[in-house]
Amino acid sequence: MTEFFINFPCFSIILALLASAVSTLLGKSAARRLTIIVCALIFCASLCTLYHVVCAGESVTYMMGHFPAPFGNEIRFGIFECIMAATFSLVMVLCVIGGAGSVIERIGGFRQNLYYIMADLALASLLALTYTNDIFTGYVFVEICTVAACGLLAARNSGKSISAAMRYMIFSLIGSGLLVLGIIFLYGITGHLLFPQLKESVASLWASGQYRIPLTAALCLLTIGPAIKSGLFPFHLWMPDTYSTALPGSAGILSGIISKGYIVFMMKLVFQVFGTEIFFESGISLIFLVFGICAMIFGSVGAIRAKSISRMNAYSSAAQIGYIYMGMGISAEIGMLAAALHIICHAVTKSAVFLSSGELIRVSGGKSDFFSLQGAGHRAKLAGVVFTVGAMSMVGIPLTMGFITKIYFARAGITADGMTLAVLLALAVSTVLNVVYFLKTMIRIYTPQKVGSQEHIVTGAPKGKMLAFSGLVLTVLNICLGLHCEPLVQLLRRGIEMI
Amino acid sequence: MIHNILHNYLFWVSMIIFVIGIFMLALDRNLIKKIIGLNIMDTAAYLFLGSLGYIQGLSAPIFTGKTMGQTGSELFINPIPSALVLTGIVVSVSVTALLLALTVRLYKKYNTLNLDEIIEAAGKEEDDD
Repeated sequence: MTEFFINFPCFSIILALLASAVSTLLGKSAARRLTIIVCALIFCASLCTLYHVVCAGESVTYMMGHFPAPFGNEIRFGIFECIMAATFSLVMVLCVIGGAGSVIERIGGFRQNLYYIMADLALASLLALTYTNDIFTGYVFVEICTVAACGLLAARNSGKSISAAMRYMIFSLIGSGLLVLGIIFLYGITGHLLFPQLKESVASLWASGQYRIPLTAALCLLTIGPAIKSGLFPFHLWMPDTYSTALPGSAGILSGIISKGYIVFMMKLVFQVFGTEIFFESGISLIFLVFGICAMIFGSVGAIRAKSISRMNAYSSAAQIGYIYMGMGISAEIGMLAAALHIICHAVTKSAVFLSSGELIRVSGGKSDFFSLQGAGHRAKLAGVVFTVGAMSMVGIPLTMGFITKIYFARAGITADGMTLAVLLALAVSTVLNVVYFLKTMIRIYTPQKVGSQEHIVTGAPKGKMLAFSGLVLTVLNICLGLHCEPLVQLLRRGIEMI
Repeated sequence: MIHNILHNYLFWVSMIIFVIGIFMLALDRNLIKKIIGLNIMDTAAYLFLGSLGYIQGLSAPIFTGKTMGQTGSELFINPIPSALVLTGIVVSVSVTALLLALTVRLYKKYNTLNLDEIIEAAGKEEDDD
């Protein structure tokens, strides 16, 4: 039976790729159903693999094809990888279900199944980024992920969304260029592409003191590339336009999981190629810490100044990405644990926030500015509740998962040498700023509309059921994890030790 | 120092081309020039990668009747970087095609290739779908 389980990660990637190919032949609703089924199957497969890895107590290296290392290609999965794969596939399936209404409403005819092809491709590339043990395969799937994300953005046939997709692509390709250069540097120095061999060579070269500068340059390029792609300050400028023009489902997928896919890949590089000692010795961690703190503050300030709910959510995403990088910059154990927890927390929360804001905008006549949103929480009651719980989680109110991650960030901050004050201060300031903009929005959506003011016409058939399902699942998950997070924390702790 | 630079001249040449490409991609406002910049950047990366595997005087790693039965290491250059370059070219071709497709759509809509003008025009319009 064990033999069978270890095939699941490889099958998941192939299944998602196959689904995207088959979707081209299907009609629009069949393509949607296929995507939902495949994502759900992959979620179950990830859980099975997780169970197997937890029972076995060690990570598994799986040979792709018939050539053993160092010539062949490999995938490798431990607890960390399986948890991330399960999170990605769960959020993907809920975003596809919840976003289906807006896709039907706003994407015409045959383009709908193109949308689901891109969703399948995005999931396949995210899984490959999570599981891969080969640096060049990682690069190829980073590019596939970028193309899929661009497809999800440009699916709406409006000038705004295409120009937003263009801007996203340009930022993203700069990141990819730096990433590939870093990979070539590393290959040039070590002559390997697989993570274990790379780690061995890098460790012995670093210990001998040879090639310090090229190795540091490679580490710099390999971390800055994904940082640009995931939108770390000051490279977050594409976010507001991109997320505000995307469909709610696409924005949830992009902000919730695609930007996290790059971070997970980078975490794997840091742990499995360079090792955390080199990462912290080289000073890159300090850059992460500083830019992460800047992102937390400037992202939140941008969110306060934003004139519409979707731009506010986008700036808020930039701030939350900052938390993750700050965690990675603090320490190898608890800092990374906090960052990994926040990846899950933000994936679950932000996708719910984007989906519910999409519904709030829809019942406000398609307008996303705060004035039009007045009373939206009464017009779409469930969306209002989902948004409120999501906002509470982003702020870090107890009973939600955001609270748990904030506690871990604070605990990590206490252990940070010399940076304790900065980290704790940044956490406090950023929390207050979060409260300001989320409270402002919540007061706005729950203020009843004045009698006789402009009537908001709700166009299109109600798409409530699917959205309600996704929103409820994400909200319940958020609260459950907020109430009882210890098992997940323990698993992630073991996963980070095993990585 | 000079000796090192001369010895690694392909590295320096490709770095200079890479920097030209990345600045063009990031700073030029014309979309077509941006795409050209992307390709210059990628080409520089592949030049560097290809040069890593090149060994002076040896041939391409293709077994023919003459070379059958001999081991590859004294006859051929390192084939792995060449294979990686091929993979990379496929990636950059597909990304270029996607960018060109988006550019065509934007040009048809706004009649300009200047990204600033496009963003300005797109900002003014309401959602039209």
